[in-house]
Amino acid sequence: MSVQAALEALPGAQAPDVPVTVIQPTNGWIRLHLRELWSFRELCYFFAWRDVKVRYKQTLLGAAWAVIPPLLMMVVFTLVLKQVAHLSSYGKPYALFSYAALVPWTLFTSALAGVSNSMVANAQLVAKIYFPRLLLPLAAALTPLVDFVIALALLAALMLAYSTAPSAAVLLLPLLVVLTVLAALALGLWFAALNVRYRDFQYTVPFMIQLGLFVTPVAYTTSSLPRAAQAILALNPMTGVIEGFRWALLGTPAPSGATLVISCAATILLLGSGLAYFRRAERTFADII
Amino acid sequence: MDRDTVIRVEGLGKRYKLGATVGSYGRLTETISDAAAKLAKRVRGAPVEARVRGYVDALSDVSLEVRRGEVVGFLGANGAGKSTLLKVLSRITEPTSGRAELRGKVGSLLEVGTGFHPELTGRENIYLNGSVLGMRRQDIRRRFDEIVEFAEVGRFLDTPVKRFSSGMYVRLAFAVAAHLEPDILLVDEVLAVGDAAFQRKSLGKMEQVAGEGRAVIFVSHNMGLIQALCDRAYLLRRGRIAAEGSVPTVVNEYLGSLTTTVRVPVGERDDRRGDGSVKITHLQVDSLDPDGVIRTGCRLKLTLHYESERPLDRSRFVISIYDTTRTGIYLLQSDAKPFLPELLPASGTLSCVTGPLAVTPGTCYVNFAVIRAGVTADFVDNVATFDVAPEQMYGLRQLPSRDAAVAVVDQQWWIGAGEEEGLTSRILNPSLSA
Repeated sequence: MSVQAALEALPGAQAPDVPVTVIQPTNGWIRLHLRELWSFRELCYFFAWRDVKVRYKQTLLGAAWAVIPPLLMMVVFTLVLKQVAHLSSYGKPYALFSYAALVPWTLFTSALAGVSNSMVANAQLVAKIYFPRLLLPLAAALTPLVDFVIALALLAALMLAYSTAPSAAVLLLPLLVVLTVLAALALGLWFAALNVRYRDFQYTVPFMIQLGLFVTPVAYTTSSLPRAAQAILALNPMTGVIEGFRWALLGTPAPSGATLVISCAATILLLGSGLAYFRRAERTFADII
Repeated sequence: MDRDTVIRVEGLGKRYKLGATVGSYGRLTETISDAAAKLAKRVRGAPVEARVRGYVDALSDVSLEVRRGEVVGFLGANGAGKSTLLKVLSRITEPTSGRAELRGKVGSLLEVGTGFHPELTGRENIYLNGSVLGMRRQDIRRRFDEIVEFAEVGRFLDTPVKRFSSGMYVRLAFAVAAHLEPDILLVDEVLAVGDAAFQRKSLGKMEQVAGEGRAVIFVSHNMGLIQALCDRAYLLRRGRIAAEGSVPTVVNEYLGSLTTTVRVPVGERDDRRGDGSVKITHLQVDSLDPDGVIRTGCRLKLTLHYESERPLDRSRFVISIYDTTRTGIYLLQSDAKPFLPELLPASGTLSCVTGPLAVTPGTCYVNFAVIRAGVTADFVDNVATFDVAPEQMYGLRQLPSRDAAVAVVDQQWWIGAGEEEGLTSRILNPSLSA
């Protein structure tokens, strides 16, 4: 074989800074390795790109699916819920009021469902290829942004139709979107890791999402609740975000500082613990998935 | 580390807990009740012991070194730890002891087409798969045409791969992987796919990779491929390195380890059924091939020793050979042909020699029964197992795997129905063709 010749032809032709990988058992909590994560950013993009591409293949309505669910919910809320419960909507048209909340809510729920399922859905990859496992939940959290932008465009059209102008707070919208994605990622990381070991969580997440709709001020306003209930509701990371969305886009009253602080703190706590748990559980993913 | 050493492994081990992780995933309720029981004990001040489930060492104390430009083969039977070693080296799973150091970019190819998405087109999958395997987008773009040409799927680039034939699918998948440019390439038997021409092409590609001064680790139980491809080899047995050195030495060692004279002292088994009037005490399975290897096409010799109080009349000895799914492959019956006398001595040895085995490579299981006057006298299940090694038979280019078929059969193919030329009858009766 020509290997010997090749060796002699290339004495010491090794590149000066060759990456050295050390493999050994790790113990306890593991660092995040953000640098490595960054070096794999292209793969994260490819995972998200794949999921977007695949999502509407062989569908009749294609991208219309981005707006159909929130739109139908809005119609049902307006026709049924509003009539029955006489809900306050800060004097805004109820259709607009609920749709402005359903858009970020849909982003949150599809991101949460995607992240929770990301490890199990890619079991084959996890078992056969190395990459930072965090890429899968990350990509799954980013994928629903495409649908979100489409749904947001429809919201803009609705606002135009109801001649409602956004307040100056609209500049905070990107921050609110980031908070939504982080909240979904925070909760989803826990479920993604738990799902690898206990498939129970496959059934938990859809149920939680259903339940979540009632404990998030999507169809109603927080201010219509008693004070004590408001404080508890603020623990839900999405409470501050949804109220913020409506404030930024429709000019409804701003969420209270306390609500925002509690919602953000809940997100940060969940994200920190979710990351730690995920990284710790990650070591055995390939063995048990 | 020596300048040319690209892989150094020291005392690497991987231990799996039994029951807890392997095969099945845990049930939440079980974990919770375990945890609750532990907590209760702790509260009462009782000692807390871990649930003992036992463990299995998939790898233990593996040490090795690979230098630049080497193609190193890893041989071993199923379950010897080959795949676990590759998984640890490619960082898919963590070792539980020891250490490995890899110098350079590592590419691993544990399965062809990992990360392919059936709904995406060939073109899209090249980018996706390339990226999954660790290529940068610009590298993929640069080598795109080469990959397409190598895979010979040019016309179908914009077709979803779910409409690809399996051959096309595999060619495309291998082509992407072959164009990844790692310093260390870890390959697991993926070459056992595709038609012969493509296999040759793939082999050539791997040699070229090694020729460029990179290292290749190749894992297989196909001795032919190891011999064709590798400079050096290791033999793994039950998670340990059993031999290392030149390919012929290690291959011989491997063949030696396959020499499966299966000798079972069945007499000690107490989970037997039957009226107990006869007892089989020993069973031995030998290959009649000169090297003693049980392989497709070899003849088996089965020897059994039995004991009874009285001479046996109207007795039937039955040996069943079956596969993992408990599908029977062969049933050997002592009264199938009138070889044995009506009356057998009270104790003695019986032998049976079979014709060539038409079984595909894989594991076989043996059980037996003695039947006297229609009544089961002795029956022991799962007495012995043996592995059938692959061997060319009937001039077949490749044997089907056990998953695909249990038996192999001679065959002839031609174009058209062939009736008008009387081809069928000529094949059935070769003497007519003269």
